[in-house]
Amino acid sequence: MNAATFAIIIASATPLIFAAIGETITEKAGVVNLSLDGSMLLSAMTGFAIAYTSGSVELGLLAGMATSAFVAFVVAFGGIRLRLNQIAIGLILTYFATKLSALLGGDFVRKPGPSVQKMSLPGLEDIPFFGEVLFQQNPLVYFSFFLIIVSFWFIFHTRRGLDLQAVGERPEAAFARGIRVNTLRYFYTVLGGAFVGLGGAAFSLDAKMGWSEGHIANYGWIALAIVIFGGWHPLRVAFGCYLFGAIQIVALKMQPTLPDLAQVLPIAPFPLMILTLVFLNMRVVQSFTLRFKGIGRLIRGTAPTALGESFWPD
Amino acid sequence: MNSLQQSKYFAGAIIISLIISIFFLWLVDAPLVETAKLLVEGAFGTNQRIGDTSMIWVPLLLASASLVVTFSAGLWNIGVEGQIVAGAVAATFIAREVEGSTVVVLALMVIGGFVGGALWGLLVGVLRVKGGVNEIFGGIGLNFVATGLIVYLVIGPWSREGVASTGGTEPFRAEAWFPTIDGLRASPLALVIAFLALASVMFLLSRTNFGLRLRATGKNSLAANRFGIATSRYLLMAFIIGGGIAGLAGVTQAGAVYHRLVPSISGGYGFLAILIVLLARFRGLWVIPIALFFATIAMGSFQWQLRLGLHSALGGVIQGVLVLSVVLVMGYREVRQLRQQSISRNDTTS
Repeated sequence: MNAATFAIIIASATPLIFAAIGETITEKAGVVNLSLDGSMLLSAMTGFAIAYTSGSVELGLLAGMATSAFVAFVVAFGGIRLRLNQIAIGLILTYFATKLSALLGGDFVRKPGPSVQKMSLPGLEDIPFFGEVLFQQNPLVYFSFFLIIVSFWFIFHTRRGLDLQAVGERPEAAFARGIRVNTLRYFYTVLGGAFVGLGGAAFSLDAKMGWSEGHIANYGWIALAIVIFGGWHPLRVAFGCYLFGAIQIVALKMQPTLPDLAQVLPIAPFPLMILTLVFLNMRVVQSFTLRFKGIGRLIRGTAPTALGESFWPD
Repeated sequence: MNSLQQSKYFAGAIIISLIISIFFLWLVDAPLVETAKLLVEGAFGTNQRIGDTSMIWVPLLLASASLVVTFSAGLWNIGVEGQIVAGAVAATFIAREVEGSTVVVLALMVIGGFVGGALWGLLVGVLRVKGGVNEIFGGIGLNFVATGLIVYLVIGPWSREGVASTGGTEPFRAEAWFPTIDGLRASPLALVIAFLALASVMFLLSRTNFGLRLRATGKNSLAANRFGIATSRYLLMAFIIGGGIAGLAGVTQAGAVYHRLVPSISGGYGFLAILIVLLARFRGLWVIPIALFFATIAMGSFQWQLRLGLHSALGGVIQGVLVLSVVLVMGYREVRQLRQQSISRNDTTS
């Protein structure tokens, strides 16, 4: 594997980074937005449609963000305000948004449209190896690096990040401390949704260039799975996205020599994720991670305690 | 619970979804009257179409019956698509390998399909109970694996002579075809299986001790456990029964609709059934008309595409609008009712 291959892996994983980090933020606040698979399709479609008609990639990306932010708002409204089951509302929206993207995107199928342009970072691009892998990319990729680091820093090292965690872990205690639980949940659900939408638009305007029906089906489920795989931790979630990108590229490279295996590899992340979870839940591993706290914290991840539960102060 | 008020809200939700649907029809330039007429004609206009509608009804009924079982145990069995595939694969295996009269072959296909779906479901259950993998993601993961498996079988070991395409396997021998009414594609046997499965599920859940304990597990797993119910055993049983019934949908899809194995054998009916069951609020009896209505829209969609050139996703959008409206409006009603109760409680105490 040379630097060029790594650069492709980084680039192809970028949309997933946005979606998975966005969902991580949402779930950290205790809300599960299960609509990703449909939501991303819809934002990929609107992003492409707006960029195509206006000629502006930036407008397209913004439209994608707005689309999924709105879908996330419906999840938040149903789950928080109406106290509906968040999984139910997420699944309904998955179906609805998928069909809607096909219906409204009919006029834009396989049209050549604008895409995000490459922009090497002067100075940094000349670093041997890393320059080519990391800094001869496009602005979206740089923003994904920024998002990974900032979300990590924000969630674990700022006061507001602690509030965010408190809302997802122990809403009663957070409420007693004067945190407006449901307001924060609305905010982080919609914010997370906006990043999910950026992920969708990044597919149609960059990684997979263009729109067709069911164009990026299943990527939403993959993003949701990576959030669990990454233990709700932005750095490990990002690692999961790159790992997935690497598996895909390997599968692509093996296509000519081992066509059978190449057929199977794209589904590999799922069994891999399941096995990882089973492994981490084994009693031996659990006692090991409890004994050695340092390594334990590195590999173990638990869901926010109040994930998917509605909170009503009365 | 005020049932008159409840039906008022339900009617309101239907009207809202109708208005939104008309908006979408207007958006894609669909002629309203013609579209409505084609919906009815497309599903019930000729005997052939009534038959075809019933053949969409069947897998929807089966997948919904499967979901009613797992939902009663408090489980989100999104793996139902994979269980349909597993049932179809098992039925195809028997159709290819077993020689014998139609009765023998079909009986074995039904049993085999149930077992195949049940095992696939059990896998999700074991991952959940023993491996700590949430059933939603275990199920979705196994859906992916099932899709991989079926593609592998269709282009690999079960491919047609000389052609390795994703088009499907060789058609089954005549003994493995579900008998149909003369001149129609509809199979009464498949319909009977679907209704038997749904009736059994409703009986099991409401009239047996097992069903009571299963529902107790679903309502409050911790309390049920304290009460002495081996909850994990009941969860596994729910997956076995639910998976098996979903497997039957695979059997009818392979044996009565396609007469061979194709990669898209599940037709997405498993996922659609989740919407049906949510709309029916997990009640078996309501599943029957709602599944029929969804089948009607699916058939109508074909006609809309064929005669009016409308997009095939239009039917799905309308289904989504309907479920979304009803679920949101009913949620609104419940929250309002709760608030009114707490207000009146405060009034009496003060």
